[in-house]
Amino acid sequence: MTTANEPYVLNIGPQHPSTHGVFRLRVVMDGEVIRDVDMIVGYLHRSMEKLAEERTYTQNIPFTDRADYLAAMSNNLGLCLAVERLAGVEVPERASYLRVIFAELQRIASHAMANGTMVSDAGAWQTPLLYMFREREKILDLFEMTCGARLTTNYMRIGGVSFDPPPEFWPALRELVDEMPARIDEYYSLVQDNEIFLARTQNVGVISAADAINGSLVGPALRGSGVPWDLRKAEPYCVYDRMDFEVPVGRRGDVFDRFMVRMEEVRQSTRILQQAIAQIPDGPHKTEIPLALRPAPGEVYGRVEGPRGELGFYLVSDGTPAPYRFHVRAPSLINLSLLKEMAVGASLPDAVVALGSLDIVVGDIDR
Amino acid sequence: MPAGERQLDGHRVAARLGAALPGVVTHVTDEWVEVEPERVQDALRWLRDSEEFDAAQLSDLTSVDRHTHFEVVYHLQSLDLNHQVVVKALVADHDQPSLPSAYPVYKGALLQEREVYDLMGIRFADHPDLRRLLLWEGYPGHPLRKDFLGIGGGQTSGLQRFPNEDPSSRDRQLNRDNLTSQEMPREAGGHTASGGH
Amino acid sequence: MTADVRRPATPMEQQIREHRSLVQRALALGGGWKFILGVVGLGTLIALAAGGFLVVGGYLDGRWYDIRDLGIPTSHLVYWMQAQGLSPAVPYLTTALLGGLGILSLVGGWLVIGSWVERRVIAKFQIRQGPNRVGLFGLLQPVADAVKLMQKEILIPLGADRLLFFLPPILIFLPAMLGWAPVPWAPRMSYVDMNVGVVYVIAISSLGVLAVFLAGWSSNNHYALLGAMRTVAMMVSYEIPISLSLLSVVLLTGSLQLSQIVAWQQQYHVWLIVVLPLAAFTFLFASTAEINRTPNDIGEAESEIVAGFHTEYSGMKAGLFLAVELGNAILVGAMMSTFFLGGYTLFGLELWIPGYLILATKIGAVYFVFVWLRATLPRFRLDQLMGFAWKFLIPLAIIQLLVIAVESMVIAQSGLPGIVTVGGSIAVNLVLTFVGVRAWASGIGYVSEAAASTPLLTNTVGGLRAAERIRVVS
Repeated sequence: MTTANEPYVLNIGPQHPSTHGVFRLRVVMDGEVIRDVDMIVGYLHRSMEKLAEERTYTQNIPFTDRADYLAAMSNNLGLCLAVERLAGVEVPERASYLRVIFAELQRIASHAMANGTMVSDAGAWQTPLLYMFREREKILDLFEMTCGARLTTNYMRIGGVSFDPPPEFWPALRELVDEMPARIDEYYSLVQDNEIFLARTQNVGVISAADAINGSLVGPALRGSGVPWDLRKAEPYCVYDRMDFEVPVGRRGDVFDRFMVRMEEVRQSTRILQQAIAQIPDGPHKTEIPLALRPAPGEVYGRVEGPRGELGFYLVSDGTPAPYRFHVRAPSLINLSLLKEMAVGASLPDAVVALGSLDIVVGDIDR
Repeated sequence: MPAGERQLDGHRVAARLGAALPGVVTHVTDEWVEVEPERVQDALRWLRDSEEFDAAQLSDLTSVDRHTHFEVVYHLQSLDLNHQVVVKALVADHDQPSLPSAYPVYKGALLQEREVYDLMGIRFADHPDLRRLLLWEGYPGHPLRKDFLGIGGGQTSGLQRFPNEDPSSRDRQLNRDNLTSQEMPREAGGHTASGGH
Repeated sequence: MTADVRRPATPMEQQIREHRSLVQRALALGGGWKFILGVVGLGTLIALAAGGFLVVGGYLDGRWYDIRDLGIPTSHLVYWMQAQGLSPAVPYLTTALLGGLGILSLVGGWLVIGSWVERRVIAKFQIRQGPNRVGLFGLLQPVADAVKLMQKEILIPLGADRLLFFLPPILIFLPAMLGWAPVPWAPRMSYVDMNVGVVYVIAISSLGVLAVFLAGWSSNNHYALLGAMRTVAMMVSYEIPISLSLLSVVLLTGSLQLSQIVAWQQQYHVWLIVVLPLAAFTFLFASTAEINRTPNDIGEAESEIVAGFHTEYSGMKAGLFLAVELGNAILVGAMMSTFFLGGYTLFGLELWIPGYLILATKIGAVYFVFVWLRATLPRFRLDQLMGFAWKFLIPLAIIQLLVIAVESMVIAQSGLPGIVTVGGSIAVNLVLTFVGVRAWASGIGYVSEAAASTPLLTNTVGGLRAAERIRVVS
């Protein structure tokens, strides 16, 4: 006897527990197996690139907060570095250290969110998520202490940072950095011996190193496939060349490797934070720049290693205070290039976990 | 100039590229190489495969509207050699811009080209799935163009129309097989968003 | 982070800090801790002394006010009615009504307390507070939720089969209530102490799948259909391990009657979970699949198919599904307690403490295990779950069944004292559980996933060539 399977269309999203935002996947399914995937984005599109062409460079910094709302500091930093290179602005040393400190704090917070939600996608009823939120909460407290905002920080400025952290910031940061290694071990113990979690994530959503490079994957998704590519090492910005840290890479390129790479990066970020706290000099935290900065005509592609990977800002200046062209290379969007390769042929639960392991932020996709 | 530390000198790239593929380079500066738009695929493929440049990854693809023409900018990254090559292709036709797709060379161009098509209106030939990415099917115009000042034809921006309301759109056709028989006549008579109960 | 380095407290935080707990209010009444503890202690002593006097002196035994077994007052009532010359239907109906009311109020009460317990306990697992605003300790939260659910609009999706869409919330409630009938709460206290109790339990427990499939089918929603298909596939698979594990219990105790199974455990002073560890584990695990709880909640896997078969239900209909899920959890708790944890007995203490309280405590313990699992474990994938049932649980349960068959013959017919035969069985079964499981697992080619790959650390950067270099070095 033969049975005919009729494919059917399943809409995952725009409102779905595992899409982490308004992100829609139209999946053609054959039973539990995915035959085709089509992603539909744009529900959160705010035409940032067009709006930016009407605003000065400094006025554009708050937009970057809203792009990748889980990594506002890194986004601020990316834009500021690009504009500084375009306009030739010097940054005081203390400001560079502060930028490193806040970017790494943001990386820890973002990775905590990414890994926590990924375990939730695998079906754990939010317990690991809330454990990881414990440290994220403290980091957001540090942000609030410094610049008054927790999520959309708008902290970096062209030529430095907006505020020097208050005196009570430093003991709180030291305490966080000291307790962090023990907390990371706790996360490890939550997942590493968990047979169900391992069975759900190992050998699922495998991307080979060659595919990852060709598919423009960046960040933990690229490193999970075994490619040791980290802009903090390859093209050190701020003061990363003075920091001693290592780049974690995965062995197989599966979901679990991406998870573990993020976990290990949190540990490395803690190392960087320790060194930054020890090395930070006194001095001004900002250079004064003209209110309407007029860079010489030209173009620049500035990039940083954000929590999701290479975050680029392609700016074209025509000599006016507003950029002629303002393009954001969004890691969340471009990491989805290989979604079809990952999802087609997999079962629905595997695809959900694989999507979670890419760590998309819809604000970053849609901008 | 504000070129990145690791960005290769355009003249060096142009010399080797021009030697390998004669006539492909149309213009060169310190920062970038401009290539013949029709042969952009060949140029990219050569840069990807060459030992010297090893441009394994397309890190960024975007476009700039220069009023009279479009520039499509490729930032190519060599991971092993740790340098960056910037390639530009000029699309002269401002009304019906079109360019060969980079997708056969770089899979990472899939969504970036869709985004450029959506916001800038440049058609990429050979792209396997060239649809709008961020805006919906049927959106009038391409907003990142410099001459886009508003939506014409009596329409306003915002969510006036949805993909499903356009009977010719691909979304609708894909969904058609998926509707139950009870729904079908209801739509023929004009489906309202708040219909039902 | 210590408090002094934080920002000053906001008015909201001050308010929260000033909010006094119940204990603090009690302390403020006067006397302080010592007085309260003294009063409570004295009262407890007096109550214990009075209770002990009544029980030891035999004043309670068999009297109508002996509430250690609610069967006694009920039978007194029946005798009294018969003595009054009422028609036989009256006492029959009265007891039926009383028992039904008892079960209903028990389940209803548990639905209120249970969801509060679940949310509070999971909150403690997840280092947060849980509901603590409505009523005392947030105890009225489930009531508030129910009121909210009842006020909500009941939506029927376009293209849904209206009749079939209407039925499932009711149909799914029936097995959850019917399953309580044969549970023995005390020696003479069960609604229907039928002699085919185990068969009845298995039959009733497989009824729920019908409602689930109806719900999934009639919703005209792919999530619902997918959830229903998953649930049906899973329930069909897991019926077999459940039946096999209960069959071992029946073979060993020699009875299908639930009260007899409890009596067997009372007679040998041993819980069946000790004698049949494998069967107990099989039952517990298969039950989590049967009632859709983590780690086997694939039928309503939130991160994949939203809410599974009840995606399209809203208002109190969805509330009914959730309530039944909770009710099933305590029903399984009652079954688990009866079959494997000694039921209403507690090594002689049941003479002093009412049996139904003991059983309720055990149900709570099993329920706590379910909550614990839910707070801890991720979810299986469908194929992993099926493979586990067919390749692992069912063959092992069959092997265990063969061993139990021999053991039960020895226990029944050897004439040796129970401590020897049952003790021997315990030893054999423990060995079977630990050696057999391992041997079977390696036999079917199972490799532990625990050898997880850890990321490699490197100081270099590069592309494909660097990646290969790192892989070779490690």
